[in-house]
Amino acid sequence: MAWLVIAYLGSMAVLLLSAFWSTNTFTGAVVPVYTSGNLLEVVGSGLYWQVTLRTVLVALGVTLIDAVVAVPMALFMAKVARPAARLALVVAVTTPLWASYLVKAYAWRVLLSPSGPLSFVLGGATPGYGITATVLTLAYLWLPYMVIPVFAGFDRVSDSLFEASADLGASGFTTLRRVVLPLVFPAVAAGSIFTFSLSLGDYIAVTIVGGKTQMLGNIIYGELVTANDQPLAAALSLIPLVAIVLYLVAMRRTGALENV
Amino acid sequence: MTRTLLRRTALAASMVLAVALTGCSTATTTSGGSAGGTGGAQPPKVAELKKLGAGEGALNIIAWAGYAEDGSNDKTVDWVHPFEQQTGCHVNVKIGNTSDEMVQLMRTGQYDGVSASGDATLRLIYAGDVAPVNTSLVPNYASISSFLKNKAWNSVKGTMYGIPHGWGANVLLYNPKVVTPKPDSWSVVFDKAGPYKGKVTAYDSPIYIADAALYLMRTNPSLGIKDPYSLTEKQLDAAVTLLKQQNANVGEYWADYTKAVQAFESGSTEVGTTWQVIANLIASDKKVPVATVLPKEGATGWSDTWMVSSKAKHPNCMYRWMNWITSPKVNAQVAEWFGEAPAQTKACTETSDKSFCATYHATDAAYASRIHYWTTPQKQCVDGSGNGCTDYSEWVTKWQQIKG
Repeated sequence: MAWLVIAYLGSMAVLLLSAFWSTNTFTGAVVPVYTSGNLLEVVGSGLYWQVTLRTVLVALGVTLIDAVVAVPMALFMAKVARPAARLALVVAVTTPLWASYLVKAYAWRVLLSPSGPLSFVLGGATPGYGITATVLTLAYLWLPYMVIPVFAGFDRVSDSLFEASADLGASGFTTLRRVVLPLVFPAVAAGSIFTFSLSLGDYIAVTIVGGKTQMLGNIIYGELVTANDQPLAAALSLIPLVAIVLYLVAMRRTGALENV
Repeated sequence: MTRTLLRRTALAASMVLAVALTGCSTATTTSGGSAGGTGGAQPPKVAELKKLGAGEGALNIIAWAGYAEDGSNDKTVDWVHPFEQQTGCHVNVKIGNTSDEMVQLMRTGQYDGVSASGDATLRLIYAGDVAPVNTSLVPNYASISSFLKNKAWNSVKGTMYGIPHGWGANVLLYNPKVVTPKPDSWSVVFDKAGPYKGKVTAYDSPIYIADAALYLMRTNPSLGIKDPYSLTEKQLDAAVTLLKQQNANVGEYWADYTKAVQAFESGSTEVGTTWQVIANLIASDKKVPVATVLPKEGATGWSDTWMVSSKAKHPNCMYRWMNWITSPKVNAQVAEWFGEAPAQTKACTETSDKSFCATYHATDAAYASRIHYWTTPQKQCVDGSGNGCTDYSEWVTKWQQIKG
């Protein structure tokens, strides 16, 4: 426990602390002189707000797509498929996790390219590289993180509940809407925390398929590596930190995290 | 976690923030003076190697793509393995995509040396990340082009901080089937880029602002730009406006050279700035036709120097590498593969294409002086015209705004 606090929270604290330091303008070396300029710059710049908004929208879009795809998939896996098929499906969903992130992102780059397979099938009507491509790629990358918790959620809903609901005269759809979905909502919320936070911090997929799109991660990376301005990068990294805390609080408000 | 605890934590956090924000607010950066800028400042004292000892058996270097080839890109292009056989120094190469990345990597202290361009060298020297080079331990230094020795970007007051490697210009790459007529000006990526909307590319680094400044220097003399790296606030804004217009036509920016190659081959990019080595790689894959041109406005370019880290764990191997890479035969190989002028004058007799040095004006000091080499922009104008210039950190911010 102490180890966790030192290794995890300690490094986090050092990062946050460095947001208040200065840099040498010429060499970019960090100088431990106190300043609040970095934070004020982050709050006061229109650019950072704009990119933050874009990043949050991308993360929400990815989460939405994953939820819409994962719920029917997980329902089928948990309640419809026979045990052997279920095992095969679980394996199929988790197998992509064994492949490298970069391989998958580059595969989408090839898929979406102007002369690529998608353009061949759709007759040239591809989204091209840009924000749509980024959302699609991220949704693909993080889908297993949504499917698995939702699958577990459906699995925990007892079959007898379906039967009881049917006995009381509810149609299949009503059962799903009034009985099952409220029970699996916490699982969807848990999955959405993965997809939301992973998308929020991503900066690699967007450089591969995002064309000229910038996300928060790119800006932070740019400040750290290109500008050699570690303090400003640290100040900027407060934005996703705040965003994810707000998201967790919002999820908590819905009561989704009570029993997970 | 109970709700009250959460609330209390949030309250405490916001108080810390409030105190921090309202507390004494000094500037973001320590300004110029003795700490920043080169005006009168001395680089930290770092000792140079006195005597060449035995090799350490290993060497970790940061290089531009194409500078340390081991035959994995093209079987016939390999000067790393012969070096390993001759010296017993096993070479690990880390490719740096931008000068900024190289500076960042060198700062970790895990590398023995770097092939630094002019926009990285001074930052490395003044931060004490690199050591002066004892040129008497590098026999091939003697016959290096004299116009590359003791220059502002590779030395401080007569002390060399590296061994010059080669130099060249950033050229315009285009697909001759799509881009017609044959372009001879950078205007095809700036104000006449309309027909290639979404197919234009640009180098993803703040230093690319200099390319726009160079174009404006020729096309809009009323701005009074004398040097693309010494821009006043107003001149920088003009360049930024031009680049924001360009952004509408850009499909992708590139920093990773493999991505640049792939973008061209898949047709998602048709025209843009490039390095000759990228054009060579695309040409050797034979998937799409490409051509390069040095536009009439001139070009930005690089002059690269091999530097030794001040924390090098294998300095003897690094000195051997610097001597190896500037030896006539190897320097000729690198220059021909990368598409640049070799620093080594004797390399010109070793090239497979005998007119190579003439094509690249390798020994032509007058031509070399017409390329605008990458330099780190500073408050103290780098062309010596005064104190009112914009510095690199400002360029970085502008670059992020350009990309939006």
